[in-house]
Amino acid sequence: MIPVIPLGHFLTVAAILFTIGVFGIFLNRKNVIIILMSVELILLAVNINFVAFSAHLQDLAGQVFALMILTVAAAEAAIGLAILVVFFRNKGSIAVDDVNMMKG
Amino acid sequence: MSSDLTSFVALAPAYPELLLAIGAIILLMMGVFSNEKTGNTMIVGVAIGLLAVTAVLVAIHPAEGVLFNGAFIQDGFARFMKVLVLTGSAFALVLSVSTASDHNLNKFEYPVLVILASLGMLMMISANDLISLYIGLELQSLSLYVIAAFKRDSGRATEAGLKYFVLGALSSGMLLYGASMVYGFTGQTQLDEIAKVISLGEPSLGLIVGLVFLLAGLAFKISAVPFHMWTPDVYEGVPTPVTAFFASAPKVAAMALFIRVVFDTFEPIAKDWQQIVIFVSIASMVLAAFAAIGQKKLKRLIAYSSIGHVGFALVGLSAGSQTGVEGVSIYMAIYLTMTIGLFACILALRTDQGYVEDISDLAGIAQTRPFIASGIAIIMFSLIGLPPLAGFFAKWEVFLAAVEAQLFVLAVIGVLASAISAFYYLRVVRTMFFDEPNHQFIKTPNELNVVIALTAALIVTYGLTVGGFLKDVAGIAAGSLF
Repeated sequence: MIPVIPLGHFLTVAAILFTIGVFGIFLNRKNVIIILMSVELILLAVNINFVAFSAHLQDLAGQVFALMILTVAAAEAAIGLAILVVFFRNKGSIAVDDVNMMKG
Repeated sequence: MSSDLTSFVALAPAYPELLLAIGAIILLMMGVFSNEKTGNTMIVGVAIGLLAVTAVLVAIHPAEGVLFNGAFIQDGFARFMKVLVLTGSAFALVLSVSTASDHNLNKFEYPVLVILASLGMLMMISANDLISLYIGLELQSLSLYVIAAFKRDSGRATEAGLKYFVLGALSSGMLLYGASMVYGFTGQTQLDEIAKVISLGEPSLGLIVGLVFLLAGLAFKISAVPFHMWTPDVYEGVPTPVTAFFASAPKVAAMALFIRVVFDTFEPIAKDWQQIVIFVSIASMVLAAFAAIGQKKLKRLIAYSSIGHVGFALVGLSAGSQTGVEGVSIYMAIYLTMTIGLFACILALRTDQGYVEDISDLAGIAQTRPFIASGIAIIMFSLIGLPPLAGFFAKWEVFLAAVEAQLFVLAVIGVLASAISAFYYLRVVRTMFFDEPNHQFIKTPNELNVVIALTAALIVTYGLTVGGFLKDVAGIAAGSLF
């Protein structure tokens, strides 16, 4: 029989991915695409959490939730990229340092 | 728990949402197939009508209950908040009628997006399950991201849209992470079921972590300190009619969601979330009071002011009592009125070069435009909280709830922050009344004058006219949560 991976391992992986995602948003000084990737990383970390909990609890609601998140994440990525395109048309750059017209 | 989806009558509590959803689709079709010049005005008109009809439907249609396997709840609290949200959205559209073309908002998608965002807000308010909560929140947020970047040839608007998107997506991620922890440690996604599981025993550490992340995500949406960074930039960058929308309806909806989550779901561990809410409340009030002082841009000032007002509203919430919820409900109603009135005044001031942006642009308008100057002055005094204006009653209710709950320190800090914030509001009034005029303004559209007169009249006569009624309905709304 294949040994079962305990729940804690899944939660640890998800927590690490979530942290990497958050740091990716705040520490990244290069470009906005990396921020979008970090957002996806956060959402996928959450999905790992949900699926792991769902399997652990023998309850389907978590997997349904994960499917919903996947769907919304796709819509969110589409809108994010669209906003990035209009931003690029105005600025001619997608560097994070150029997102600086308003301060205070 | 059963809901019969084959029967239209059984869906009665969700009629307002159905009306908005179908209406949005029809409006989209009308927009595609109508003449670009005449069609746009018509669609804005129909959209305002649709929001108004929905608000009336929510207010007079008594159907309440739980639908869709417990994912959706319509109760007194939801109805109160929905009426506020729909009124806010409708007035935000009214403000954009004659100002849209100056802000590049005169495309038919704008009113449709506002309706879709309002639909998301109604779903947030009625959410009774973590899944429906998330879907409602995202429907609202995704519409708002697009609205923020709607003026797509403007560098500032697209930058504001980008910032709003990135931070909004981060906050959704935090909220979801919290939701996953709550789900994992209770085994439920339905809000009242979670409450039942929590009340059975000592809360586990994982549940508390989930609670903190969930509240952090929600604090982003109501723009409470320390999650407020996006607010000034977004308010400044987006076109003013859009700022009016952002500052009114979404705040009320997010606050309603906040209230439902802490009182429905986490009621058994009130001690734990109260600490968080008290901290966020004090931080918001104090930071907003000081950060607003140095602002030169009018919309940034309003952004900090709205952060401060969220802090004041949270004072009522931290009381953790029915009086507290009643206070917050009244607060949000009055805040909405003041915000709409203030933005009507700002949009009414248009020079040949464009709209006012800096506070110094308001110099001397008491001489050139006395009506608007007195409107702004009334609203500013009300935002400070001077009696007998409406803002005084709003603060009175929340501070009373805090004192009743023995939170004296919080109440004292709140009153002090209110006194400090008087400084920057009064600075605006001084600029209007005692400086020399430096701009010539062109004629104000009629509907803005009507909105200004209406909100100013409501604010001045609050204690005599709507005050008693509002307190009664807010009492009923708060009562339905307990």
